[in-house]
Amino acid sequence: MARIAGVDLPRDKRVEIGLTYVFGIGRATAKQILESTGVNASIRVRDLTDADVNRLRQAIEKDFRVEGALRTEVAMNIKRLMDIGSYRGIRHRRGLPVRGQRTHTNARTKKGPRRAIAGKKKVTK
Amino acid sequence: MARSVKKGPFVQEALYKRVSGMNARNEKRVVKTWSRASTILPDFVGHTFAVHNGNKFIPVYVTENMVGHKLGEFAPTRLFRGHTGNKAVDKKAAAPAAAPAARGGK
Repeated sequence: MARIAGVDLPRDKRVEIGLTYVFGIGRATAKQILESTGVNASIRVRDLTDADVNRLRQAIEKDFRVEGALRTEVAMNIKRLMDIGSYRGIRHRRGLPVRGQRTHTNARTKKGPRRAIAGKKKVTK
Repeated sequence: MARSVKKGPFVQEALYKRVSGMNARNEKRVVKTWSRASTILPDFVGHTFAVHNGNKFIPVYVTENMVGHKLGEFAPTRLFRGHTGNKAVDKKAAAPAAAPAARGGK
């Protein structure tokens, strides 16, 4: 069982894809790691030898911030923006889009499900 | 696209002179400025700027964490009072508006 950075990798996928199940590793980083460790990218995760897994694990530990540490870093960055009272921090606080997107319509990812507005007339027909 | 490193951070010339003068004389007073696009330099830490928001000047006390941001980021230009009949938002809108003002006043 390949367990890297506290995440079980899916056994039936190619290593290149399997590595992306770790938070902080995408396709590009996965490729880079495989190249630097010399592990074949096309074999399945279940076919990895223990030595391969160990080399991957070390390479990731050495050069990348993943999972919990990365999540903390991101959260800290957002918290800093909120603490200094910058415009971006205020947008985070209010749960609105931060990068200047329109909010007249859309922005549902950030705002969440629509809330009913009292006294608003429904358009019929 | 990010600004070229070669040019260095943008700071309005007059503002930079004012602050370096104040640093040299070791004095502190509120600097009124319209230059919202000026980057906050490490030299600016500890000073208070009155940043124009299009209507009035918002006092911004510069701390170490703010270095690298622009002055305008700390003086909001929009005033959202909430929608009609939406009491929950009214309260929320009043709180953040009051909070930065209180902090700046310190």
